Amino acid sequence: MHIWLSWLTSVNALIDRMPHKRLAKKIDLKGAVMHQPAAPASSARGFEIVARQDFSDTTFLLEFSHPMMARAAKAGQFVIVMSHPEGERIPLTIADFDRGRGTVTLVIQAVGKTTKEMQQTCQLGGHLYAVVGPMGIPSHVGKAKKVICVGGGLGVAPIFPQARAFKESGAYTIGILGFRSKSLMFWDDKFRSVCDELIICTDDGSAGIKGLVTAGIAQALEKHTDVDEVVAIGPPVMMKGCSDSTRAKDIKTTVSLNPVMVDGTGMCGGCRVKVGGKVLFACVDGPDFDGHAVDFDDLMQRLRRYVPSEKEALERWQESCRIRGDAALQQA
Amino acid sequence: MAKKKTIRTIPQERTPMPEQPPLERAQNFKEVACGYSLDQALREAERCLLCPDEPCVRGCPVSIAIPNFIQKIAEKNFHGAYDVITDTNLLPAVCGRVCPQETQCEGVCTVGDSLEPVAIGRLERFVGDMAIAEGWANVPYIEPSGHRVAIVGSGPAGMACAADMAKAGCEVTVYEAFHEAGGVLKYGIPEFRLPNPVVDAEIGKLIKLGIKFECNTLVGRLFTIEQMLTDMGYDAVFIGTGAGYPSFMGIPGESLNGVLSANELLTRCNLMHASDFPNHDTPLQLGKRVAIIGAGNTAMDAMRVSLRLGAEQVHCIYRRTKAEAPARAEEIHHAEEEGIQFHWLASPVELLDDGKNGVRGMRCVRMELGEPDDSGRRRPVVVKGSEYEFECETVVYAIGTNANPILGQTSKLKLNKRGYIEADDELATSIMGVFAGGDIVTGAATVIEAMGAGRKAARSMKRYLGLRDTDVVYRDDEGDMPFGIGSGERNYARLREVVL
Repeated sequence: MHIWLSWLTSVNALIDRMPHKRLAKKIDLKGAVMHQPAAPASSARGFEIVARQDFSDTTFLLEFSHPMMARAAKAGQFVIVMSHPEGERIPLTIADFDRGRGTVTLVIQAVGKTTKEMQQTCQLGGHLYAVVGPMGIPSHVGKAKKVICVGGGLGVAPIFPQARAFKESGAYTIGILGFRSKSLMFWDDKFRSVCDELIICTDDGSAGIKGLVTAGIAQALEKHTDVDEVVAIGPPVMMKGCSDSTRAKDIKTTVSLNPVMVDGTGMCGGCRVKVGGKVLFACVDGPDFDGHAVDFDDLMQRLRRYVPSEKEALERWQESCRIRGDAALQQA
Repeated sequence: MAKKKTIRTIPQERTPMPEQPPLERAQNFKEVACGYSLDQALREAERCLLCPDEPCVRGCPVSIAIPNFIQKIAEKNFHGAYDVITDTNLLPAVCGRVCPQETQCEGVCTVGDSLEPVAIGRLERFVGDMAIAEGWANVPYIEPSGHRVAIVGSGPAGMACAADMAKAGCEVTVYEAFHEAGGVLKYGIPEFRLPNPVVDAEIGKLIKLGIKFECNTLVGRLFTIEQMLTDMGYDAVFIGTGAGYPSFMGIPGESLNGVLSANELLTRCNLMHASDFPNHDTPLQLGKRVAIIGAGNTAMDAMRVSLRLGAEQVHCIYRRTKAEAPARAEEIHHAEEEGIQFHWLASPVELLDDGKNGVRGMRCVRMELGEPDDSGRRRPVVVKGSEYEFECETVVYAIGTNANPILGQTSKLKLNKRGYIEADDELATSIMGVFAGGDIVTGAATVIEAMGAGRKAARSMKRYLGLRDTDVVYRDDEGDMPFGIGSGERNYARLREVVL
């Protein structure tokens, strides 16, 4: 008995004297066996880009793999993307999702530092450092019988899931797409497959009718007097125009707002918007709101909050690109 | 046994905390309070009388055996002190820094009746920092229970609950919406008060317990609480999402550019590293003169961050007096030292437009204290005709938060009138198997209160799952070896190291 006891104590003492690092390793192994990992949403590197398509010099499509998000996503929702660990968090409306492939699609316009950098760095097979979503309340696809879906510029992509959802719900769907010119046009074939009618508007008249999307709305409303709802996504000034064009006829108009956000979960309050005199957060109370109640001037003013910093970041980045380009040329 | 200590024999003066000089520290993000040295900690530990009624333990929301760990420090058994603290509190380095000790343990300290109380928080931090530096982690023997538990939110409530459930043998996954775990400890509390490496070190200990952290996951939208219990097969879920949703006052001028919530300011600075713009992409444009509304800990953090980001004047506007300010005494003291201008008994009535959609100043009104209100504090009343204006370019709201609506929107969870999740005394919600605690139940509170709620929920969860109460820690007490086998034998995996 006595010998046994002393042997045990000596083993104990041995363990006690073992360097903690080795012990820690042992425990890690144990932990790994004991706790079967749940299916990870992302690899260590982030979310893999499985497709990329460039529509023009500034607009490009990224499709990334996220089966869970593809299952959960609904029309009208958005994600927040951080392309690299030092990057900023930017909100982007979901342009499409494929439950079979387990992918989510974003269409991005390279306008500032982050998006221009993404245009350069986000290539097929690469990874997005962080993507969280789907965020926001999904669009309400109700019992509307006849709907106009308006997408202007960057809003063309995110209006697609809505048009598809309305079509699937059995509504007569009229699509109106606005571009600056024919060369910037994309996805018109995709829209044709889900719209009963499609009106293309270009600023220079190079495709479809010449004019803004409001001209398209006027044309559609002339032909159809029984439109139940208008859904518009695009730059604030375009959504404002759309809302104004339906106000007189009192047609329900839904717009999707995309103000400055940080977390996208209601925590920072950066995305607060004025709707019907009330202050709401676009990230958790929206992003869809009644276009007739939104204070667009307030929205446009607040979107300019960080313009000086954004300009500084872009200039600095372009300068660094130029220097790197020169260095590469010299090496060559 | 040494001679019994009395109030006369202990060191009379509380050992001061070494700090960066105010003017120097206001220019950098390095930690303000540098922490006790070994000698300072030993001296301060001598000040504890080890009084039998231990009021400090009752004052602590998680009931740390405070006299025990202080005694271990005095005996130079620092690992022993760490063992004692981690029985009840897994994050000593965090809590030693951010707990409002003056209203908790130190507020009821027996020594404090006649002298300054024992610096319990500073000693706790000393032990926590030593544990990080030395790489200690108490990993108890864990017997798998076969249960799977999910935690929503990786802040203090979630971390505390996760640790307890992991110790009870559950397979624990913590979901976090941000790209980094830590919750308010990461995005909210600034670097100079709680350095991010300290938070990461404490999270590292949880990972050693086998806890998995899943970032970039917005529960409610990516999957719902109900789906977690059905499709995903979790046996129990804890919700510790925090309050979020910052409040504004609804006065004219709030939508001007240059008006933001303290949450936005702190998140941009702490989590997104706006202080390092443009090396990090997230910007934060502050004016030369910043006014912060509110006088809680968040307000103090926002003020001191503003100073460090280059603001020349920082004003604090609070409608009550310094005595009623909810911030920790130490934070107000630090803010005063660093040159914050306090407007006590003042309330903003309008934010003034500079004509370019920016802020040019603030119009305030003086207040005086009237009759006590429901909270027991004297209600501030407007002094008629006392309006005054001052100039500032940035206005930050730090007047508290409302309930975050996401889980309410996406589940059948019962909410109270104010939108917070309704939970009973055991922190069980209206959905079976779902528990909630922290700010999302009580409204904004402190880190340690959230941790206390996380641990309380863990106890309820263990009962719900039919697990034994693992709060009882099986430690190898010297001399106590039933059947000749110390519990350390069973506990062989626990890390120890002889210090000194």
